[in-house]
Amino acid sequence: MSRNEFADAARPALEDSQLRANLREATHTIRDKRARVTGELADWEELREAGRRIKERAMRHLDVHLEQLERTVTKAGGRVHWARDGAEANRLIGDLIAATGADEVVKVKSMVTDEIALNSALAERGITAVETDLAELIIQLSHDSSSHILVPAIHRNRGEIREIFRRELAGTEALSDDPAQLAEAARAHLRRKFLSARVAISGANFAVAETGAVCVVESEGNGRMCTTLPRSLITVMGIEKLLPRFADLGVMLQLLPRSSTAERMNPYTSLWTGVTRGDGPQEFHLVLLDAGRTATLRDEVGREALNCIRCSACLNVCPVYERTGGHAYESTYPGPIGAILTPQLSEFRKGASLPWASSLCGACYDVCPVKIDIPTVLVHLRGRVNREVEGYGGGGEGAAMGLLARVFQRRGSYERAQRLARALSRPIVRDGWITRRLPGPIAGWQSVRELPAPASETFREWWRSRPPEDKR
Amino acid sequence: MRIALFTTCVGDTLFPAASIATVAVLERLGHSVSFPEEQTCCGQMHANSGYTEEATRLLRHFVDTFCGDEFDAIVAPSGSCAAMVEDQYARLARRSGDEQLIRAVAALTPRVFELSQFLVEELDVEDVGAYYPHRVTYHPTCHSLRLLRVGDAPLRLLRAVRGIDLVELGEADGCCGFGGTFAVKNAEVSAAMLADKCRAVLDTGAEVCTALDSSCLMQIGGGLTRQRTGVRTVHLAEILAAQEER
Repeated sequence: MSRNEFADAARPALEDSQLRANLREATHTIRDKRARVTGELADWEELREAGRRIKERAMRHLDVHLEQLERTVTKAGGRVHWARDGAEANRLIGDLIAATGADEVVKVKSMVTDEIALNSALAERGITAVETDLAELIIQLSHDSSSHILVPAIHRNRGEIREIFRRELAGTEALSDDPAQLAEAARAHLRRKFLSARVAISGANFAVAETGAVCVVESEGNGRMCTTLPRSLITVMGIEKLLPRFADLGVMLQLLPRSSTAERMNPYTSLWTGVTRGDGPQEFHLVLLDAGRTATLRDEVGREALNCIRCSACLNVCPVYERTGGHAYESTYPGPIGAILTPQLSEFRKGASLPWASSLCGACYDVCPVKIDIPTVLVHLRGRVNREVEGYGGGGEGAAMGLLARVFQRRGSYERAQRLARALSRPIVRDGWITRRLPGPIAGWQSVRELPAPASETFREWWRSRPPEDKR
Repeated sequence: MRIALFTTCVGDTLFPAASIATVAVLERLGHSVSFPEEQTCCGQMHANSGYTEEATRLLRHFVDTFCGDEFDAIVAPSGSCAAMVEDQYARLARRSGDEQLIRAVAALTPRVFELSQFLVEELDVEDVGAYYPHRVTYHPTCHSLRLLRVGDAPLRLLRAVRGIDLVELGEADGCCGFGGTFAVKNAEVSAAMLADKCRAVLDTGAEVCTALDSSCLMQIGGGLTRQRTGVRTVHLAEILAAQEER
């Protein structure tokens, strides 16, 4: 069998009953809410189709749109930087912060800075990055890692969060596990950070090539604090986050909140275009990151993964994610979308086992607001991994699959194989089930399930034994 | 109607009762059923495991077997094998670049049906004259639900069965955890999904769990039997074929 890092990484979660309960409760709650708020829109399917088309058009002419974005942002008083990979982006951002003399920055929740491990790169240069999203703060304070795109601390319940706060935040000895109290403790801690920060770092949900506007949507107001209070704002975005036209936001800002937080509209939508004199940040940098996006665009099937708007609806409905949580994916991007993004963005250096972390049930495709056909991409990537990544697609499994295909290709060999399987199993069959534990991949099956035996008479044998007058 | 049975390799080798029942139901409705004996496997396991070339060879074999125009319809007692043809054959054919194969697949695909969808949507039949005096719960399999969009066709058929006590399955649209090679490659995650499915089946108090796919029933039945629950799995076709003894 091929290597399967996912199966190994999933084991601790599968055995953790508290985690399983937390995940089940959280995913089912948000799943049901999403179904309600998308169900109330008569044109939801048309919106999804519009979203898909917008992203497809953006990707088809990405080079042109990106250069247009550079021009519009520059014209509005911002500065645009290009980064080939995470290391280049981190170096660039570190230089920009160093130039301001700041040694602490506040951060808006951002997936891409997690992807490039910006916080640890800044720490190496003596710069502290403070996460200001409540869940990201919980993760940072507990030296943990995110397990969900939207709800990074989904694997924690409020009792666990109270313990983290009491350990890490001053003056919280009497804190209860009441969500309002927990939020208040975080608010008090963060308010001081917002007021003293000179530099903020954000990701971007969208950037509009036509106007140069950058958009961040959030629920807590921490993002608004970061994008308005500090003197300098540095935004990092993967190049795939681009939208060609401002009007495209009209579709995306309906699709995203309903799919992610299951809200009709998210509480805070921040849009800014370059720099406005005397209002908000007086210095704005936009870092455009490739980090595997261009390579992903080359794959005509796999490129669909770049259409993702990071809503995380696919995580919440995924039966695999519900049981394993996000850490099993060992990636910034967990769940079904992570299983197709992670290997591609890393050009198959990471996450090669992830395309198999799915039963191909299709629930993800049904909820995706931009209609990414995740099961089809998963199957496509299984093929690519088999052909391109060492340790996959060959060995015993490859040989067995090749042999089976040859056997199935001709009726004669297929029927001989049927008879052989029945003859071999005959001594170990009782009531239609195999009585002995078998080696190899079958052992996994038999660990919790009985294995049915080949039938004593195949269908085709029954068919042949029918009286000729019955066969029409 | 002249119908060719596509028994599927799993149905042929492991669960012939479902195919025998399919023949019985279709013949009872007055149709002529034939069984092209060259048929073997549709290639779903190879395609879904990323063995594209091998899957394409099996696709060619399937097309050669069923391409003749002596059949009005090709019917399988399986949602996922019918969905393999419906969802993946055109893509595999395009990938091969073989124009003749692309045309053959385009001509063949519209004639391939899953049994319940065929009965309800093509033949416009809900009552097939079945009698099944048991407490039954129905698990909608993922590929029949989300690729074929069979909707409530299976439930319409079941509701018309005399004597049946049909009980609703909780969280019915959740995957049972089979997923082909997923059940062995990620056996423990699959087992966790199966545990929840078995619990939902037991919560209904049903004595029988039915579905459109023998493969998913192999997973659910394998779990229910290992746990010695006494609940058995029966393919929908077998319920539809069952009749009162006269």
